[in-house]
Amino acid sequence: MSDSAAVALTGDGPGGPDRSDAPGEEAGAVKESASRPVPILRRVWAQSEGRIGIVLTAVIVVLAFAGPPLAPVLTGHGPTEFAARPFQSWGLFGTDELGRSVASRFLAGGTLLVVYAVAATAIGLIVGAAFGMLAAYAGGILDAILMRCNDVLLAVPQLVFAMLAIVVLGSHGWVLIAVIGLTHAPRVARVARAATLNVINEDYIRAAEMYAMPRSHIIFREIVPNVTGPLSVEAGLRLTYSIGAIASLSFLGLGMQPPTADWGLMINENRIALSIQPWGVLLPVLAIAVLTIGTNLLADAIARATASTNVEGL
Amino acid sequence: MSTAPSTASTPAVDGAPSMVLRIDQLRVSAVAGDEILHGIDLELLRGQVLGLVGESGSGKTTAGLACLGHYRAGVERTGGGIELLPREGEPVRMEDLGADQVRSLRGSRVAYIPQDPALSLNPAMRVGEQIREVLDVHGYGSSAREREARVGEALEDVGLPSTREYQRRWPHQLSGGQQQRIGIAMAFAMLPDVLVLDEPTTGLDVSTQAHVLDTIRDMTRRHDVASLYITHDLAVVAELADRVAVMLRGELVEEGPVHKVLHDAEHPYTRRLLAAVPDLQGRKQLTHAVPEPGRATERAGTAEGSEHAEAGRDTPPAAVESAPAPDGGADDAREGDLLQVRDLSMRFGSNTVLSGIDMTLQPGESLMLLGESGSGKTTLSRCVAGLVDGYEGSVSLHGEELARSTRARSLESRQGIQYVFQSPFSSLNPRRTIGQSLTVPLELSRRLPRGGRRAVVEEALDTVRLGRSFYDRRPGDLSGGERQRAAIARALVNAPSVLVCDEVTSALDVSVQASIIALLNTLREERGLAILFVTHNITLARHVSDHIAVLNKGHIVDRGTVDAVLENPTHEYTRTLLSNIPQL
Amino acid sequence: MRRLILRRLVLSVVILLAVSVVIFCATLLLPGDPARAILGQQATPERIAALNAEMDLDKPAIVRYFYWLGGLFVGDFGYSTSSGGPVSALLSQRLVSSLVLMCLAAIVSVPLGIGFGIYSALHHGTRRDSAVTWVSLALAALPEFVIGIALVTLLATSVFQVLPAVTMAPPGVAPWRLPSQMILPTITLALVVAPYIARMMRATMLDVLDSGYVEMARLKGVPERRVILRHALPHAVGPVAQVIAIQLAWLAGGVVVAEFLFRYPGMGQALIDAVNFRDVQVVQAVSMIVAAVYVVVNLLADIVGILSNPKLRSQS
Repeated sequence: MSDSAAVALTGDGPGGPDRSDAPGEEAGAVKESASRPVPILRRVWAQSEGRIGIVLTAVIVVLAFAGPPLAPVLTGHGPTEFAARPFQSWGLFGTDELGRSVASRFLAGGTLLVVYAVAATAIGLIVGAAFGMLAAYAGGILDAILMRCNDVLLAVPQLVFAMLAIVVLGSHGWVLIAVIGLTHAPRVARVARAATLNVINEDYIRAAEMYAMPRSHIIFREIVPNVTGPLSVEAGLRLTYSIGAIASLSFLGLGMQPPTADWGLMINENRIALSIQPWGVLLPVLAIAVLTIGTNLLADAIARATASTNVEGL
Repeated sequence: MSTAPSTASTPAVDGAPSMVLRIDQLRVSAVAGDEILHGIDLELLRGQVLGLVGESGSGKTTAGLACLGHYRAGVERTGGGIELLPREGEPVRMEDLGADQVRSLRGSRVAYIPQDPALSLNPAMRVGEQIREVLDVHGYGSSAREREARVGEALEDVGLPSTREYQRRWPHQLSGGQQQRIGIAMAFAMLPDVLVLDEPTTGLDVSTQAHVLDTIRDMTRRHDVASLYITHDLAVVAELADRVAVMLRGELVEEGPVHKVLHDAEHPYTRRLLAAVPDLQGRKQLTHAVPEPGRATERAGTAEGSEHAEAGRDTPPAAVESAPAPDGGADDAREGDLLQVRDLSMRFGSNTVLSGIDMTLQPGESLMLLGESGSGKTTLSRCVAGLVDGYEGSVSLHGEELARSTRARSLESRQGIQYVFQSPFSSLNPRRTIGQSLTVPLELSRRLPRGGRRAVVEEALDTVRLGRSFYDRRPGDLSGGERQRAAIARALVNAPSVLVCDEVTSALDVSVQASIIALLNTLREERGLAILFVTHNITLARHVSDHIAVLNKGHIVDRGTVDAVLENPTHEYTRTLLSNIPQL
Repeated sequence: MRRLILRRLVLSVVILLAVSVVIFCATLLLPGDPARAILGQQATPERIAALNAEMDLDKPAIVRYFYWLGGLFVGDFGYSTSSGGPVSALLSQRLVSSLVLMCLAAIVSVPLGIGFGIYSALHHGTRRDSAVTWVSLALAALPEFVIGIALVTLLATSVFQVLPAVTMAPPGVAPWRLPSQMILPTITLALVVAPYIARMMRATMLDVLDSGYVEMARLKGVPERRVILRHALPHAVGPVAQVIAIQLAWLAGGVVVAEFLFRYPGMGQALIDAVNFRDVQVVQAVSMIVAAVYVVVNLLADIVGILSNPKLRSQS
C-alpha cells in the first residue's frame, strides 16, 4: 500500500541469469532473515505487557500448585481444620467464620480454580475452533446453520446459562467445567470462523485445492498454522473469563461447595466480616485480581505479537 | 532553515514559466531510523507537468506528500524542505509554518489527487458536500451562494453533471472513473498553484484512464497549475509530462525534459527501466535479463519481419509433438490441439460471466487472453484449471474431455495443466518453506519416491533462476519477483504441458515484470510449454504471445495472431482499447 | 433499507424462539417430580396427580412447551415451586429494579468508555494513550465481584466509610428512592463495562484515522477538529454500537453478581435464590427475560449500524 516501505525492488540487471530480482542490500538482508521466524514466546516476552503478564500469571499458578502441600507445613493447620475462634486475629491472617486458618485456606484455595479454568478454556477452544473452522471451510448451508445456532447460544449470558445448568444438573465440578467451556465455544467459533475465512481466500489454499490435496491436509497443514495467532489470543482471553466465571459462581455459592478451600467460596464465607477481619476476603480477591490481570495482559501481548507476523500474505 | 535564501522567487517573465514549488535538499527518515529520501531537489514550474517516476519503495509518494507538508505516521523530515511561491503573497518555507498555516495552504494552494478514489472519498458524505467542504474550510468567495456556484463549476470542468441530484449522490453510487473526477474537481475547486497527483489512474481500465488523463491534462493547462505527477508508468509520463524525474531508492537519479529522458537517458537505471517497459510494437527486447542468442538483434523489423520471428518461435526445439504452423483462425479444432475449450459458459446466479467461449492451444504456443477487469478472464482461466467447476461446455486436454473440478480430474490431466496465480504475496503459504510448498504437487502426484522429490524441486528452483538455497526459506524472506518465480517453479515440478498464467506480472514492478516474461519465454523455448497468458495489459502482447483472444463482457470479440489483431482489429472494443493505450 | 431491517427483525424473533426451546429443554433434564417438590410434606398421590393436571405435567413435553410459550406472551411465567406463587408476581418489581440499575450503569459507562477510547486514539503512541490502555486492560480482566469488593473496602468499610455497603430498602420501597445506595452497584457495573467500550472505541478510531478518506480530509486542509467530528466519528458509530450492545448484554449477567454482592433487590437475587432452591420455573423465566433483553439490544445496534451506513441506507 505504502510507497515508503523501505524495501526496494529493482529489476534484473544485464548481469548473469542467476541473479535474483533484488540485487545489492536486499539480497544481503534476505540471507540474514532466511531462518525460522522468531518464536512467538520471545516476541511476547519482548513487550513489557507480555513480561508482566507472564510474571503475574506465573506467581499465582505457582502459589496455586505449591500452596496445598505447603499449607499445613507453614501454618500448622490444614485448610479445613479448626484453629481458633471465628474471626480472630490469629496467626498471620486470622481465622474465618468457622475458626479455620485463613492463611492455610488461602494457600490451598487456588488449585481447583486454576485447573477448572484451564480445563474449561481447553474445551471451549477445541469445540469452538472445530466448529468455527468447519463452518468457514464448508461454507454454504452448513455455515449458515452453525452460525445461527451460535447466535442462539450467544443470546444467554454465560453466567445465567451456567445457573440454568447448575439448577438442572447440580453444582458438580464437571458441570462447571463443561458449562463454562461450552458457553465459550460459540464465542471462540466466531473468531475461528473469521480467521479461517481470511485464510481461505488466500491463493495458497486455492493452490492446494488445485493439486487435489486431501481436505484434512488442507485443514491441518495449510489452514491451522495460519489461524494459531488469533486462536492463541482467544485462548488467553477465554482463560481470563473462565477464571472470572468460575470464581464468580463460587462467590455466589453456586460453584465449589463447602468445606472445600477455594478463593471464590472464601470471599462468600467471609464477606460479612469484611470490616473486622478483612484478610479472609482481601487475600483471595487479590489473588484472583492478579491472576486475571496477568492472563489478560498476556492475551494482549500475544495479540500484538501475532499481529506483526500476520501481515504476511496480505 | 529560515535563513535559506529563495533563489527563484522572481515573478514570471514572459515565455519562461515561473517556479511555483521547490523541493530543496529534502531528507525524510522513518522514525525507526532508516532514511527514505536522501536529499531530493526538484522544481515545479507553472503550467507544466513534472512526471516523478519510480518503482515501489523508491520514496516517490513520500516526496509527493512532503509537498503538502504532510508526513505519514512513523515518518519525519530530517533535513531540507519545501519552498512555495504562490501566485499571490510572499514565498514561504513550508517547514517554518505553524500547523494552522500549513493547513490553510493544503487544498487551497497545494492540492492532492490520491491513488484510489474509492478509499479517499468519504463514504458517508455526499460527493457535492465533499467538494463544498474544501471551499468552506478555505473561505472561498464571499457568500454561500458563490461557493455553491463554484461546486457546480468544478463539476462541469471535469465533465460531470452539476445538478443538485448528482451532488447529492454517495461515492458508492459512482463508477471508479467518476469517483476520480470528483477527486480532480475537489483538487481544482480552490484553483490551486500546485497539484500533486499520486498514481491517479492506477486501477482504472484503459479507456477510463485515457479519459481521466485527458481531464488532468486539460485542467492543468487551463488553470496554469504546476503539477507533480507520481507514477510507475513511463508510458503515461510520455503522454502527459513536460519533464521527468526518475527516483531510485530515495535518490533522484535523473531529471530533464521528457524527450531527453525517454529517448536519450543518461543514468543506467533509467535506461534499464525504459528497456523494461513493454511496447505495443514489440520492437524492444524485453528479455535482456536472459540472453537469448539469435533473437536479440532481429527484432526491429517490420510487421512481416516480426511475423517470421513469431513463426520461428512457434517451433521450439524441445517440442517433440506435432508443431503446426500458426494460422489466423484458431477457431477450427484440429487433431493436434493440446488444449481445447468448446462452447464454455459460466454463470453465477443470474449473472452470466462467460458465454460461448471457444479456444484452442497448440503445443509450445502462447495465447494471450486479454480482458479488462470484469471481463471474465480470471473465471475462464480458472475453468480451464478446474478451480471453478460450475461451467457448461467442455475443456479437453490432448483431445480428452476433462472433468469440471480439479479433484475429479485424472492425475495426468491435473499435472498437464498448471496454474500460476496473480498475487505472489498470496499464493505461497507464509508458514511453510518454499521447499515444502514446492513439494506438494510431487507428493500428491506420487510419481516419485519421497527421497527423489528434493532433487526435482531443486532443479525447478534452478530453472526459474532462484537457486537451491531458496529451498529452506519462507515466503516472508522473498521479494515479490522471487515469490512469483517460486510459484512458477511449483507449477513446473510435475512437467506440465500447459501453463495458465493469470495476471502473473500485474502485482510486480516493470523491471521485475520484464524478467518474469523473459523466464516464461525461455521455458516455452526450452520445454515446449504452451502458455495461456491472461492479462489486462495489451502492450505485453508482442512480448509473450503469438496468438491473442480479446475477451469483453464474457465474449471473445477478437482473435487471431497478435499481429493480425493489433494491425487490423475487427471489433470496435479492440479498436478503442488500442487507441487508448498510452505509449512511450 | 426497510427490507434489511425487517430481515433482522424476523431473525431476532427466530433466535428468541430457538432460545426458548433450549431453555425449555432444560426442564426435561430435571430429575425428580416438581409437583412433589412443591407439595413437600403434604404430598399424597391424589394431590400430586391433581397438581400435575393443574400444571399440565401429565401432557407430553411438546404440548407443555407450547403452553409455556403461550404463557410467556401474556406474562404468565408459571408457578414458583419455592414460593408457591406465580413467577410473574415474584419478578415484576425486581425486573424493574434490575433494569433501572442496568440503565444507570449504561448511562455512566457508555460516555465514559467512548470518551476515553477517543482520547486514547487521538493521543496514539503517547504516554496518555498507554496509561488508558493499561488501566482498561487491567480493569477489563477483573470479575465484577473483585471490583465490587475493592470499592466496598475503599468506600464503605475499611478505608473510607462514605457509602452504604449494602442496599437496605424497607419492603415495598423501590431501591432507587435511596440514591446513595445505588452508587456502588452502579459504579461497579460501569467499571466492568466501560473498559471494553474504551478499548473497542480506541481500536475503531485508530482504524478510521488510518483510512484514506481521513488522510484526504487532512490534505484538503480540513481543520483537525472537523476531521475528527465529521470524517472519522461517523464511521465509528456502527462498530461501536455493536460493542455497546454486547456489553449491555454482558451487564445482564454481571448484574446478578452485583445484586448479590450489594443485596440489591433485583432479578439477579431472585435468580440466585431460585438456583439454591432449585426453582426451575423462575430460572427459566429469568433466562428468557435476559435473552430477550440481549436480542432487543442487538437488534437496536444492528439498526443503528444500518442507519449510519449510507450504502446500506440507500439500498432499496
